[in-house]
Order: sequence, then structure tokens, then C-alpha cells
Amino acid sequence: MATIADDLRPLHHPKSWVGKYVWSQDHKIIAIQYAVTAIGVGIFALVLSFIMRLQLALPGQFQFIQPDNYLQFVTMHGMIMVVYLLTALLLGGFGNYLIPLMIGARDMVFPFVNMLSYWFYLLSVIVLFAGLFVPGGPTGGGWTLYPPQTILEGTPGASWGILMMMASLAIFVVAFTMGGLNYVTTVLQARTKGMTLMRMPCSVWGIFVASIMGLLAFPALFVAAIMTVFDSIAGTSFFVPTIVSMGKTLGHAGGSPILFQHLFWFFGHPEVYIVALPAFGIVSDLISVHARKNLFGYRMMVWAIIIIGALSFFVWAHHMYVSGMNPYFGFFFATSTLIIAIPTAIKVYNWLLTLWRGNIHFHVPMLFAIAFLFTFIHGGLSGLFLGNVSVDVPLSDTFFVIGHFHMVMGVSPVLVIFGAIYHWYPKITGRMWDERLARLHFWITFIGAYAIFLPMHYIGMLGVPRRYYALGETVFIPQSVHYANMGITIAAGIVFAAQALFFYNMIVSLFRGAKADPNPWGAASLEWQTAETPPGHGNWGATLPTVYRWAYDYSVPGAARDFIPQNEAPGGTAEPHPS
Amino acid sequence: MYVAIAIALLVVGSVLFHVLSPWWQTPLASNWGSIDTALDVTLLICAAAFIILNLFLAYMLMKYRHRPGLKAHYEPENTKLEKRLTFWTGIGIAGMLAPGLIAWNQYVTVPKDAAVIEATGQQWQWAFRYPGADGVLGSASIGHVSDDNPFGLNPRDPYARDDVLVETNELHLPINRPVKVVLRSKDVLHDFYVPQFRAKMDLVPGIVTYFWMTPTVGGTYEILCAELCGVGHYQMRGTVVVDQQPAYDAWLAEQMTYGQILASAEQARVQLASRDTPSTETLASARMAR
Repeated sequence: MATIADDLRPLHHPKSWVGKYVWSQDHKIIAIQYAVTAIGVGIFALVLSFIMRLQLALPGQFQFIQPDNYLQFVTMHGMIMVVYLLTALLLGGFGNYLIPLMIGARDMVFPFVNMLSYWFYLLSVIVLFAGLFVPGGPTGGGWTLYPPQTILEGTPGASWGILMMMASLAIFVVAFTMGGLNYVTTVLQARTKGMTLMRMPCSVWGIFVASIMGLLAFPALFVAAIMTVFDSIAGTSFFVPTIVSMGKTLGHAGGSPILFQHLFWFFGHPEVYIVALPAFGIVSDLISVHARKNLFGYRMMVWAIIIIGALSFFVWAHHMYVSGMNPYFGFFFATSTLIIAIPTAIKVYNWLLTLWRGNIHFHVPMLFAIAFLFTFIHGGLSGLFLGNVSVDVPLSDTFFVIGHFHMVMGVSPVLVIFGAIYHWYPKITGRMWDERLARLHFWITFIGAYAIFLPMHYIGMLGVPRRYYALGETVFIPQSVHYANMGITIAAGIVFAAQALFFYNMIVSLFRGAKADPNPWGAASLEWQTAETPPGHGNWGATLPTVYRWAYDYSVPGAARDFIPQNEAPGGTAEPHPS
Repeated sequence: MYVAIAIALLVVGSVLFHVLSPWWQTPLASNWGSIDTALDVTLLICAAAFIILNLFLAYMLMKYRHRPGLKAHYEPENTKLEKRLTFWTGIGIAGMLAPGLIAWNQYVTVPKDAAVIEATGQQWQWAFRYPGADGVLGSASIGHVSDDNPFGLNPRDPYARDDVLVETNELHLPINRPVKVVLRSKDVLHDFYVPQFRAKMDLVPGIVTYFWMTPTVGGTYEILCAELCGVGHYQMRGTVVVDQQPAYDAWLAEQMTYGQILASAEQARVQLASRDTPSTETLASARMAR
């Protein structure tokens, strides 16, 4: 059993308000810094998506939306949501907050590096936003940034914008590497006495495996970014062959645009799971806690996370079936892609079976977890269409793709994030949010999001292509599609506005919320067992907790309460988990 | 409890939406029925999974909702059940993968007798080339591209001389004959996409890509670009006309070959030189004439 002696000499301590809240090395403060920054940029990206929806509903009605800045909105929306919001929030935010508390550590093992990770992340965000103000504006090459397009004059931001984007991504990778090394090392080295790997809550497992994946995947993005910068300003030809752009023959020769796509998706596909695995882990814990039942098939769930993480490095080219790569690759990548559906399906079954014979409390976090199950089943299944190689041929680059990935890696993780925020808010702030506002927020967000993305699958089935500024007069696109676009935009507007309920609730509750119970949900995992709420500096007071059982001892037969905290010593009639 | 009802209603609503929605695939106009079959099989299996899993979810939410005195069951795992579920999932996955791979095998196997036609993309227009009487597309490269030679054909290649060049965004294809569409791009990525044909492939600068199909329904269809290619992406349209063989032959005979274009350009140049006019109007009009 891995144990670690409690080092009573503090690694760091806050000296002043600035030392505590700004240049903080406390994982809980860094988590909040990460989360607030990520949500801030996320709001910006949300506004961009609504501008895109306005254009799609009423093409040409808005003077400020032109073909060039439309593409810039598309690009910034996608990149921010995937990298600067979801990755940063799930790993930098939840990873930072939950890992030390859930494994019984006083902090991350490298608190100073952890602090640097946040400040580099903030720098990457600043560079990203600086890109909005450079000559030509930000890049409009789509979030996939495929060259040669991104560095040629037919694309907005081809001179300065792309450089700023690549610089920002490179800085982000540096920030993530510092954070990721910390998360992995902390999980491996700083678990408290009794906290074996197979007793860790699934949240930690998801974040842990996602961090390892990030450390392996982000370098591919990093080199692709650097090579693109060289192609753009140093005259190299990594990705650019001999081409004639706007009537001029450029000096490049011999580069391969497909090489970039391989590098990008070697990062990009694991990235999907870097976002998904923490969400999988967190939702496992939410479902178990609020159903008052142990997570069904915990060991299988952990192995599924690991297998999904490993397999996700062998499926990247399913984004490239019609890219012009050797078409025979299609056989391999279709097979590997559909195989990954098996461990994913097992996770879904086990979530459902966790509810079986449970005692389900419809608390707000649980509502979001249930909504996640629904949207994830939908989005996961629509992914099988795109993974199944020949079926992808008519669907690729249509609205079906947009519907699919928003359902599976947009709506689903965001629902988990909302659930997780409502779930841990009492622990993080010591206050309770307003129940009615939270429920209203849930219903509008869940139903509204489904109303946005379900019809997109069908429009895509028809063949409506994505990333089009306007559909114009196209014979196969009936008028009804335009009505659908209007309906989607109305739904998007409602969902967009409903987020005000969330922010209002979170901010006002911070000051006026009722004082929260230290463990309002009756959860068994360690983070709810801290002496103080919110947990103080060093998390555990004088002594580290000792762990005697897994994180899912709910409704154990014979036990006095319907949960047994992980740090409760065996005794009485309570039976510890067999593992 | 409301959420249980909501989940059940969403399942019913999704099925109704599917049945009543006016949006589904365009009528098929090519040989790629096998792609549609693979799609239908995938849809069937996925729809079954969607309905069963979500109705099961709704049922449990209703049945096991918290009531005073209710206590959850304690069951950490059930290996037998998990193995059984894994097995049946594997069967379902194999069931949709098989038709998918069979269709893909056809997609990557170009018939020997397929006619070869080339589509070239540039920001933001299409151009097309037919191999001419010799049935062979002459060699071409971006290095040869000039105002007089927009396709970048090799002027020294005899196979290129009889190639038929079409610069009008309009492609004609004969009905019921397999055709291998060879794709080249002059600048950035593009994608040749005709929804009714189902087939699709990127045009990649620096390499030659291809796909094949057999148009089976006569008529006029739109060609869309399905790979983001810059600000004009949404306007990069072309037309493909699927003709009966005689109409196709007649249309093809009216088009200029590379040799004819070279000759008329040469003629214009000679006239220009003899008249000693600095204007390039004649040269331009010679090109316009075709």
C-alpha cells in the first residue's frame, strides 16, 4: 500500500491578501482562479456562438456579420470552448480543487509550479485576446487551423492572427504541462494512508488519466503550432506544397497539408477524451452520491477509463476519412473507433445500473447528471455514424458533425460541469445556492440544449454543410431548413439568457446564501470530511485522514447511516469493500 | 420525478421528430446505395440502443425515486452481467461495422472500366478536365500554372494536347457509367461534395486524391465545397449535369482541347505581333472564345 508521511513543515503559506488570493500556491485558490478565468473566456465564446446563430437564422440581416468575421467567430468559438474553457476548467479547475482533497493530500506536490501553471494559462488567454486586435484580426481558419489555408490571404487573420493563435496555444501547452505533471505526480505520490489507487473516487481517476493523456497529446499540437509558424514567417514548407494563391505562385515546395492534420488530430482526438474522462469520473460520483448507492462495477469503470484513454491514441484519423490520406487507413481507424464504443457503452450501463434499486434524490446536481446520461447516450450514438467510415462520407463536414460533437463534448461535459459546481459549491464556498433558481436553470438548459442540437443532426443528414456564412439559393435545401435555423437560434437565445440565472445564483449565494452543511449530500469521499468548510490552508488541520474503504460505501447493510465516510475505521456491523 | 417523465417524453419526442421531420437524406442519384444501407443499419442499431437505454433510465428514475423509508440495495458489482452486456454490445458494434466496412471496401476499389475525369479547385471555383480521345489525362503540375495555362498542364506532354478543359464550374457526366473523379487543388484544401451522390473527397494541394461513383439518375445537381477554404467557401459552387450518353457526347465535342487553346492563343499572339498593338484584348478574347 502506498503511503506517505505527513510533512508538517508547510510547503508554503500565505503571507498577505495578495499572497493568499493572487500569487497563491494553494491548490484551492488556483482552482478558483482557473475556473473563473475559464468561465470568463467561455462566456465570450458563448456570445460568439450566439452571433453565429443570428447570422444562420437571418442571413445578411446584420451588418456587423460579414463572411470574414463570421469565420473568425467560428474559429474563436471552437478553440476557446475546447481548449481554454473545457480543458482548463475540468483539469485546471476541478483537477486542482478535487485531487488533493479527494486523495487526502495537503496540496499539490509542486505548489509553485502549480501557481506558474495558472499564470501561464492566463498569459495564453491574454495572447489569445491580443490576437483580436492585431492587423487583420484573429485567424478565421476554423478551430482545426488547417494549412495552407490558415496562412494564405484568402483567410482572415492569415498574417498576424494565426501567429497569435499558435503562440497562445504553445503557451497553453506549457501551462498544461506544468499543471498536468503536478496532477499526475500528486495522485501517484501524495495519497494519504490507506488511499490505494483502487480506492480513489472516479473523479480522480478521470482527471488523472486525462492528465496523462494531455501530457502525451499536447506536444503534437505544440510542434504543429511551431511548424506552422515557421511555414508562415520563415519560409519553410512543412505543411505547404507548391501552390498558386490568388494568381501568385508562392515559394513553398514539397510540404504536406495532411501531415498537419495527422499532428492536429493526434492531439485533437485524445483531447476529446481529455475533456470527457474528467466529466465521466465526476458524473460517476454525482450519480452514486445522489442515488445513495455504490457506483456499480467500480473496477470495470476504472479500467474503462484507462482503456478509453489508451485507445483514444489509435483513433485519430477517423477525423480524416475523406481527407485524401491513404484510403485503406479507413479500415483500421473505423475498427478501432467502433471498438472504443465498447468501454464507453460499459460506462453508460454501469451508470444506469448504479441507479437500479437505488434511492434516487433529485437534487440539482443529480438532475444535471441525469441530463448528462441522456445527452451523452444521444451524442455517443451519433458518433458511431461518423466513426463507421463509409457512413461518414456523406455526413462529414455537415451539420450532423456539429450536432454530434456539441451533444457529446459540448452539452454533455457542460451539464456535468454545472452539476459539479452545484454539487461542490457548498464545500468550496461554505454557502448554499438558491434551489428554485437552480432548478429553473437546469430545465431551460437541458431541454433548450437538446432543442438546439437535435435538429442539427437532421439538417446535416440532408447534406447542409458546416462553416457556411450563408446557404444562399441551394436547390436541395428546402425553405424548412431556414425555419429550423430560426427555431434553433430562438432556442439558443433562451438557453443563452438562462445562464444569467446560474451566474446570478452563484454570485448572490456567495454573499447571501444560507450557511452550508459541511456534508449536505451525505457523501462518503474524503473532500466532504474536512474539519473546516471551506477547507482551510493545508486542508486537514493537524493530522491527515486515514482511509479504510472505497469512496462508495452507500446504503451498506447494517450500517447506521446510509453512507460511511472513507476515513471511518471499520467497526460495528459495517463491512468494508472487498477490494 | 419530473425528470423521469421528461426523459421518457424526450425519447418519444425524438422518435416523433425523426418520423415527422422533413429533413433526411436527399434522394440517391448514384451507385452508393451501400453507403445508405450502412447508414440505415447504423441508425437502426443506434435507435434501438437510444430508446431502450433512455426508457430504462426513465423507468428507474420513477421506480427508485426517493421516498421516506426507501433504502438502496448494496451491490458493488456483478461480473456476469457486465460480461454479458459487453458481449451484446460487441455484437451490436460488429453489426454496424460490417456493412460500414463492406461499403468502404467498394468505395476504395475503383472499377477497372471507370472513366477518368479531373476536378480542380481553387479559391473559390471549380474547373474540370477530360482525358480526350486518348483516354489519358496529360501530366500537370502547379509549377506550369500561368494565365495561359490555368490547369498547369505540361505543354510538352503529348497526352495533354487532347485533354478537354472546362473552366465554367459546370461538370457533365454520362449516366450509368462508373467514373473515377481525380482531384487536384491549386491553393488550399477543398472538398468535392454532391449530396445526392453521397460520395465526397478532399482536394489537397501537392497530391492527387480521388473517389469513384456511377451516376444513376439524370439531372442537374449542385457541387458544394465541404472543406473550409477561406472567406468565399460558402460561394464555391459548381454544377454537375448527368446526361444521357448522346447528349454527353455532344456537349463534350463542343469543348475546347488544350491543343486548340494553345493554337488559338498562338494565333492571337501572332496577330498581335503583326498588328503591333500593345493591347492584350485579342489574347483575352481568344481565351474567352472557348
